Amino acid sequence: MARIEVNHIRHSYLPNPQKDSDFALKEVHHTFEDGGAYALLGPSGCGKTTLLNIISGLLHPSHGKLLFNGRDVTRLSTQERNIAQVFQFPVIYDTMTVYDNLAFPLRNRRVPEADVDRKVRETLDMIDLASMANRKARRLTADQKQKISLGRGLVRSDVNAILFDEPLTVIDPHMKWVLRSQLKQLHRRFGYTMVYVTHDQTEALTFADRVVVMYDGEIVQIGTPAELFERPRHTFVGYFIGSPGMNVLPVALEGRTAKLGAQRIELPGVPKAEAGAVELGIRPEYVRLGREGMAVQVSKVEDVGRHKVVRANLEGREIAAVIGEDDEVPAEPKVRFDPAGINIYADSWRVEMGA
Amino acid sequence: MDKIWNNKAWFLVLPMLVLVAFSAVIPLMTVVNYSVQDTFGNNVFFWAGTEWFEELLHSDRFWEAMVRNLIFSFIILAIEVPLGIFIALNMPKKGWGVPVCLVLMALPLLIPWNVVGTIWQVFGRNDIGLLGYYVNALGFNYNYVQDPFDAWVTVIVMDVWHWTSLVVLLCYAGLVSIPDAFYQAAKIDGASRWAVFRYIQLPKMQRVLLIAVLLRFMDSFMIYTEPFVVTGGGPGNSTTFLSIDLVKTALGQFDLGPAAAMSLVYFLIILLLSWVFYTVMTNYDAER
Repeated sequence: MARIEVNHIRHSYLPNPQKDSDFALKEVHHTFEDGGAYALLGPSGCGKTTLLNIISGLLHPSHGKLLFNGRDVTRLSTQERNIAQVFQFPVIYDTMTVYDNLAFPLRNRRVPEADVDRKVRETLDMIDLASMANRKARRLTADQKQKISLGRGLVRSDVNAILFDEPLTVIDPHMKWVLRSQLKQLHRRFGYTMVYVTHDQTEALTFADRVVVMYDGEIVQIGTPAELFERPRHTFVGYFIGSPGMNVLPVALEGRTAKLGAQRIELPGVPKAEAGAVELGIRPEYVRLGREGMAVQVSKVEDVGRHKVVRANLEGREIAAVIGEDDEVPAEPKVRFDPAGINIYADSWRVEMGA
Repeated sequence: MDKIWNNKAWFLVLPMLVLVAFSAVIPLMTVVNYSVQDTFGNNVFFWAGTEWFEELLHSDRFWEAMVRNLIFSFIILAIEVPLGIFIALNMPKKGWGVPVCLVLMALPLLIPWNVVGTIWQVFGRNDIGLLGYYVNALGFNYNYVQDPFDAWVTVIVMDVWHWTSLVVLLCYAGLVSIPDAFYQAAKIDGASRWAVFRYIQLPKMQRVLLIAVLLRFMDSFMIYTEPFVVTGGGPGNSTTFLSIDLVKTALGQFDLGPAAAMSLVYFLIILLLSWVFYTVMTNYDAER
């Protein structure tokens, strides 16, 4: 296991990158602590997979350094880095049996056959394929194949890190849940350093201790699931995490109050915003719908099961509010913002509140 | 439910039956007709029964041509398949090199067979042929007109030049269909170059390779034009393959009865091979 330092890494797929937009990874500087379970979360094309492939050595970065436990591995090959990686779509060796598929990474490293057998049987139990050990791998279903891919990632106990690149995309929803909890268990038991790429927030939030949110080639926030929810550092994190995402409303500041059209909103403190476009962010969970506050026109109520999402119009802006399953929308609806849920953004980045 | 039993549906297949009758069955029956009779022309026929078949199956000339043909097929497969895989593995996967390589590879396949024969017939001549002249100038005694070994070498090299491309293109199609993730996973798993070939590339090429081997075997087993143009089956009978022998019998000696018997035996062999081809392919698909 290793501590992975990503030291000012930039990467471009172009031969001569000039502008910032030529870079798939603009600049990433972050340390993945030894034994941590991380999720890289972001929309498609934000550079998650690029970062992952740089860590595993399938790509060499244009700029910057990569260190494992303080040792520079930037120019080392994938093999020398001793990394396990699981890909989005199942990769199996067609002609081999399930057993041989799992033994393959060990045999390539000349592990004694007795150890290979022990490790493979252990892994087979873990991924619940022990009964199929001698079946040809190509006859299996897609999710069984992906389990083999996962198994090949887990079979080596001495790896520096295990990287997952959206590994559960092809798996059925209920199986996803099972496999994800198994991974989580493995992490607790063996303390692997795990980096898990996904664009699914539920997956990221349930798997990881710390979630790294990426947007447009940059890391915009690193934090625990709770931090990402309560205090999104960037409006993108606000939108991207949560369902529905955070309401972001352009406001004008005046000391402790924010002006939204004709409405005045009391803030929990004085925001330290200097210049730039100021926005107020509030999650639908903190918007209170009732008989007092600012008048809104309700356009739609979506019942999503455990709660309802109310879509409404406030001063010409669309906002969403979450209300309980049994709550009713009042005749003359008004909203109030819970001060605990208010964040102020200047040029999309969160600003601190002063006293 | 009332079912109406009649045979009207046969009219629907009739056009096809007529077409097949004229294109295949009637010509084939003519050959069958010839194979059981003897004729000296003028539409005078004598019944011969199975005589021509017995004669054929006891004829050294037929078996020699057959053995020659099998050896030829075996040699060209042994060269073209590994060479084709090797070239396909080394062809670029992206960039400007791809169309260039593909066009270069396709060129020999586009040349008419008798032109291929003519090219090599001239190329190998030791008076005016580029190859023949320089090989002799280098001190090798090369003459495909007189030396059976040289004739074989020429015919084999010509076939390799003509048909390796087919194996290359089929293998290449198999190779480019392998997703990148497989190579990446192999790197992660620490697979050697050989292991990548053995466990990723070869299994993915297996199907196209099977087609390539069977196509090349059938084609080489029926080869006629190229060796006929280059060597005419000689020197002696050294490059007389089955189809050349057949044409010699039928048109050279005008022995229509024996030639017809030979055609039918030859046809049955090809039919048998086609059946093997078909069975292997369908079993292979069923197993997947």
